[in-house]
Amino acid sequence: MEKVTVYAAMRAGGMSRRAFLQACGAIAASLALPPGSGRAIARALERTPRPSVIWLSFQECTGCTESLTRAHAPTVESLLFDMVSLDYHHTLQAAAGGAAEEARREAMAANHGRYLLIADGSLPVGHPAYSTIGGVSNLAMLQEAAAGAAAVIAMGSCAAFGGLPGATPNPTGAAPVSEVVRDRPLVTIPGCPPIPAVIVATLAHYLTFGRLPALDPLGRPKAFYGETIHDRCYRRPFYDRGLFADTFDDEGARKGWCLYKLGCKGPTTYNACATTKWNGGTSFPIQSGHGCLGCSQPDFWDGGGFYRADALPFGPLTPTATIAAAAGVAVGGAVAAANRRKRAKARAAHRPITVDDLEKGQEETP
Amino acid sequence: MAATTTHASPVPASQPVYAFQAPVRLYHWVNAACIFTLAATGYLIAHPLPTVMGEASDHFIMGRIRLVHFTAGYLLAVSLAGRIYWALVGNQVSRQIFYLPVWRGSWWCGLGEEIAFYLFLRKEPPTESGHAPLAQVAMLLFNTLGTLFMIFTGFALYGEGLGHGSWADRAFGWVVPLFGDAERVNNWHLLGMWILLCFVIIHIYMAVRADIVGRTTSLSSIVGGWRSPKGR
Ligand code: HEM
Ligand code: SF4
Repeated sequence: MEKVTVYAAMRAGGMSRRAFLQACGAIAASLALPPGSGRAIARALERTPRPSVIWLSFQECTGCTESLTRAHAPTVESLLFDMVSLDYHHTLQAAAGGAAEEARREAMAANHGRYLLIADGSLPVGHPAYSTIGGVSNLAMLQEAAAGAAAVIAMGSCAAFGGLPGATPNPTGAAPVSEVVRDRPLVTIPGCPPIPAVIVATLAHYLTFGRLPALDPLGRPKAFYGETIHDRCYRRPFYDRGLFADTFDDEGARKGWCLYKLGCKGPTTYNACATTKWNGGTSFPIQSGHGCLGCSQPDFWDGGGFYRADALPFGPLTPTATIAAAAGVAVGGAVAAANRRKRAKARAAHRPITVDDLEKGQEETP
Repeated sequence: MAATTTHASPVPASQPVYAFQAPVRLYHWVNAACIFTLAATGYLIAHPLPTVMGEASDHFIMGRIRLVHFTAGYLLAVSLAGRIYWALVGNQVSRQIFYLPVWRGSWWCGLGEEIAFYLFLRKEPPTESGHAPLAQVAMLLFNTLGTLFMIFTGFALYGEGLGHGSWADRAFGWVVPLFGDAERVNNWHLLGMWILLCFVIIHIYMAVRADIVGRTTSLSSIVGGWRSPKGR
């Protein structure tokens, strides 16, 4: 087993020492670590051997991999594949078939208890046969791989929350990684696709400090998912001033006003797009004129339309409404029936009294 | 003492009773004003007003709407806290919106009669000097628990805005994982508004209705405190 350090791999990849130190500083800054941490990261990466990474893909679209491999020249994102020894990855590996599975088993055995497991895609827990690799169900493969992993990273919204395969009506019974892996340190990095810089920073943190960065209750690194897009959006001043674009081609849109009324989900979306941006810091959806879709949110696919400002993911209302209507009709019918019975009884007990009767009564009384 | 008269005494209270003490009345109106303000500003947060014209630097309308929302939110929370204190030291009626006497058989009878009355299954209106059983259920569920729900979800969202480690995050941050994530808290907060507003409509209808067809005063009692029999 080669013991190449992260630094050596980066230099071999053509990175200058200056660029390396800058990248370490950028990683420290993006994780909001105290000053001087950039140096600590650099020192750790110089010494630490590249960790073995097993990357498993389940019910996914390969968009996560596409996004990570599209990172350009020396940006923080591009460090990802220098930082790890990627021992198994469906899309990127050269080996195929039985040889690939053999390589995976070998790498897992050689680094048992030390390798990092990255999983993208959700698991068809409801019907494990819906997605298999080499005859092994996704569920069994994840359980086997997680058993020997030092930590597990759930990449992308599908692995984090179920994503598109898990959207209503969820035909495969898709479940996120967190429902299968319960006894390993787990980071979720949601996003469709997730931001490459986030996984790089998470890995760097892990290599430097030997533990995962601070996570929120959903397992997301706080440094990147601690604030909404809205709280970091450069169009926010227009929001606060009540200046909204009403259509994609009106004056407001041209002037770069807030996109809330065009369905921007920034106010309820936790991610770092507004700060890290995409494609080497070039832009992000809102900067290119389209509202945030909220792709890193648990209810992304079921959250209503992309162009409606308020997303209300309360699940399908039809069954609830039908049951409520049926219950209402039943109660109404029962009450009406009770009323009618009472009225009939009253009518039956009713004796008409004429004036004659009354007079007769009066005559009788004295 | 203005105890809830049970169904066992269908005779209307012939004496005026001092039902709603001053702090209860104060809370009622502060609460009403807060809910009105919070619903109006909250609706505008979810559905902003049409874009204003002129320079961006001339305006701060969304910022102000949010400021008013948060201020009214603080006021709502403080007034509810004061109201809870008063329930401990006030009269019997002041406690009625915080518990249901489910251990009392007569209370259940009263509840049944009241439901029957509203469903036109019964002609005699039940009489109460404080809250009638059904009103008590609605009050507890929608007003007390409803406003508590809005306060907890509201301050949880507020904590998300203030950031990790802020006082609101430390005090109310635990609410967020209960719902899953902050977006769901936001949606439940919004849904809560509609539920509260439904209650407000029913509440006002019932109060006015009771004032017209009931045997004791209703509207004037929440202003002056005295619930008096109406002259016939
Ligand atoms: C009767 C009580 C309340 C009502 C009817 C109400 C209503 C609303 C509504 C409709 C929204 C917009 C939700 C959306 O964007 O989908 C909202 C947002 C919010 N409310 Fe409330 N609210 C109430 C109480 C509170 C309280 C007590 C607080 C605590 C300070 C609070 C804090 C917030 C916050 C922080 C937001 C998010 C603002 C933003 O996203 O810019 N609310 N409220
Ligand atoms: S464009 Fe979206 S994220 Fe930016 S301020 Fe407007 S609503 Fe918020």
